Amino acid sequence: MEPLSWTGAIGAFLNPILLISIACLALSLIIQFVMSFFVAELTLQSNADGTLAQRGGIHSGIERVTKVAFMMVLLAAIFYLLLGVLMPYGKAGIIGAISKRLLPVWIGLILTFALSIKFKRKLGLYGKLFDSTVGMIGFGLVMFWVFIAFFAGGFDMLITHDPLAQISGLKNKVPGVVLPEGTAGDWPHYLLGGDNLARDIFSRVIKGSVIVIAIAPLATLFAFMVGITLGLPAGYFGGKLDTVLSFLANLILAFPVILLFYLLVTPEIVATGIPSFMAAFLFIFPIVFFAVLLNSRYYTQPSKRTPMLIVVLGVLGWLYLSLISQAGTAFNFMPAALDGFDINHGILVVFVSVVFVNSPTVFRIVRGLVLDLHTRDYVAAAQTRGEGSWYIMLWEILPNARGPLIVDFCLRIGYTTILLGTLGFFGLGLPPESPDWGSTINEGRKLLLIVAHPALPPAIALLSLVLGLNLLADGLREESLKD
Amino acid sequence: MGLFILRRLGVMILTAICLTFVVFWLTNLTPNLEKLAKTQGNARMSDEAVVTFLENRGYSQPLPIKYGQWIGLLPGYVIEGTDGELRGRCAEPGMNPTDAPKFCGVLQGEWGFSTRFKEDVSQIISTRLGHTAKLMGLVMLVMVPGALIIGVLAGMREGSRTDRTLSTFSIISTATPEYVSGVVLIALFGTATFGMQIFKGNANSAMDNATFENFTLPVLTIALYGMGYIARMTRASMTEVMTAQYIRTARLKGVAFRTIVLKHALRNALIAPFTVIMLQFPWLLNGVVIVESLFSYKGFGWTLVEAASTNDIELLLGVSVVSVIVVLSTQLISDIGYVFLNPRIRIS
Repeated sequence: MEPLSWTGAIGAFLNPILLISIACLALSLIIQFVMSFFVAELTLQSNADGTLAQRGGIHSGIERVTKVAFMMVLLAAIFYLLLGVLMPYGKAGIIGAISKRLLPVWIGLILTFALSIKFKRKLGLYGKLFDSTVGMIGFGLVMFWVFIAFFAGGFDMLITHDPLAQISGLKNKVPGVVLPEGTAGDWPHYLLGGDNLARDIFSRVIKGSVIVIAIAPLATLFAFMVGITLGLPAGYFGGKLDTVLSFLANLILAFPVILLFYLLVTPEIVATGIPSFMAAFLFIFPIVFFAVLLNSRYYTQPSKRTPMLIVVLGVLGWLYLSLISQAGTAFNFMPAALDGFDINHGILVVFVSVVFVNSPTVFRIVRGLVLDLHTRDYVAAAQTRGEGSWYIMLWEILPNARGPLIVDFCLRIGYTTILLGTLGFFGLGLPPESPDWGSTINEGRKLLLIVAHPALPPAIALLSLVLGLNLLADGLREESLKD
Repeated sequence: MGLFILRRLGVMILTAICLTFVVFWLTNLTPNLEKLAKTQGNARMSDEAVVTFLENRGYSQPLPIKYGQWIGLLPGYVIEGTDGELRGRCAEPGMNPTDAPKFCGVLQGEWGFSTRFKEDVSQIISTRLGHTAKLMGLVMLVMVPGALIIGVLAGMREGSRTDRTLSTFSIISTATPEYVSGVVLIALFGTATFGMQIFKGNANSAMDNATFENFTLPVLTIALYGMGYIARMTRASMTEVMTAQYIRTARLKGVAFRTIVLKHALRNALIAPFTVIMLQFPWLLNGVVIVESLFSYKGFGWTLVEAASTNDIELLLGVSVVSVIVVLSTQLISDIGYVFLNPRIRIS
């Protein structure tokens, strides 16, 4: 077996095309940018017959060049991936081999986009996302990682080697290196090279996405539950409650995040059980949220409300109890037969500290929105009808605040991903062999000046996911402002 | 105005007390103290020996009293140990505890002694802060003008090609945390992998002698992450100002676009970014910790990591006090500055 080059046989004709189109794109962008200060902008002129005409010829000319160059770059990239899937393994280089391995992800992405674009008029805000290029790019990037995490975490597909297995002789080897003779494994190469402990970087990045995609949205969701449950009454009632809660939120916000992590996630503090107490406190909020949500809506129909509350609270309560009850911590009260599941304690600690850091910001956003909305007419109407305060907060104000909250939710997932990476970067919480991106970057950066390739793939993976979430939020904001 | 500042100051002091108390409590939890006893005394100490070790050194007093002594509002302990030795909190080595000053805490300037560096905490913090100040000064010099220019250029013509290009840049920069951009920048420009080895990937030598070669990458790494956020805020504020009535009036009067932007819009558009820049400080502190560990630049952030990972309680407390003060005072400046700069609030 030959070691793989980056582009293999297709590089011979595709690489020059790609380089030329990238150069064209960069050049035209720079010209355009400089020109925008000297030449008049494109203007629309309305003609007497009711049509519009564009003026400003030099601008539209350069704009066309940019568009063509961009299309060329995109087309070249698609060709790399497509040829990689179609050509036999090894012929299309590392990129081709990766593209082949990620085939389920491509199929998933194409299906998602095709179905969403076909039915976009029936899908509300989600469908409108497909009207904005920025939103689509962001959504594509996010879904790319979601599918990777789904296939790798759910079905153990996509990875080429065990992310923890070490193969001697492959320590710090460059991408595309061939496995030594006689090593078991279906894949004859380390596609992105080996890391400092001779493990496959490609598989570790793929497995790492599972941890990030599982924790970041869930932690953000919990932070939103806490922030909403406390922010709504603070904004609605105001007064002493607001003063106290705002003071507490500002207190947490004034804490340097890294210091907080170092104080919360060190083994000594974990041994005292403080994170377990915090988990027990923070995880109550979703239960409170759902209980109040249902109770305020249906309390006039007890026949409907009572069974509903019993079911919902029963399920949530059981989840809550089995989540916080764990052998070896301060809470260990559930009999093993009832205890549904145990989460890795390190992950739980990380989860709790991320929720704790995020919820004050959500609290402030929700409080600000409520302060803005609670003088509206529909709130006054509900008050006149004699609705309860919690009904007004949860069923009148909250749905009307959903736009900014959804946008912030996307941004915050990205921010949580960055925080998780920070924790990994300092080696806090997760076990050192964990393949999550932060820990892998931390592993790689120690030898960065000698071998650069182990740190780059997780760094670029994290960047692309966070970028995707930011673009998605931008697209959502743009589209939700349109109506 | 005076009353407002006083009230803000009061809240700030209350916040500072609460925060330092929380840090004090977390660093003085029993497992931390036991670890301290074992590293300071003897690694194979028995449990009883640990207890007497801590009792003799005043660690077993109730938490509020310990906190009061550390702050300097309560007189330091003088304890006759079980081994017959008299120890006082305020006594320098070799001094009789009964002759030592009564109060010695943060307020008196006695910040304690670092077990990691074997040096006075105040000494360590002042030198390390000097290094970090150098880094931050350069970061501010790069970041603030860059971000303001990008934001104003993007915001003056909303939706134009320039706006879209610059906004994309700021989104990318906010999506790149320091540990990603730092790693990528080092790999690109600090190693020979891509054939562009222009800078050094290690800033250790920059502490005494900062040059273009060894200081560019750390400064750029921190500046890039903050830049995007400030630029986006500036852009938002600029677009809002550009749709205001008085700008339209000026345009209709035929004032040149350049004059409108520079003379009419800019001053009002820069009020909001000022607040944002001030509130960026806590995040910059984050960036400093990451970048200083990444480039092994031994400043304040590096000290924080070092103190936290070696269970150096007094140093960690000192570092937290400084960072809490920095964060709170920037918040205060941002509040006061906002009121001061904004005539609509100042006059009413």
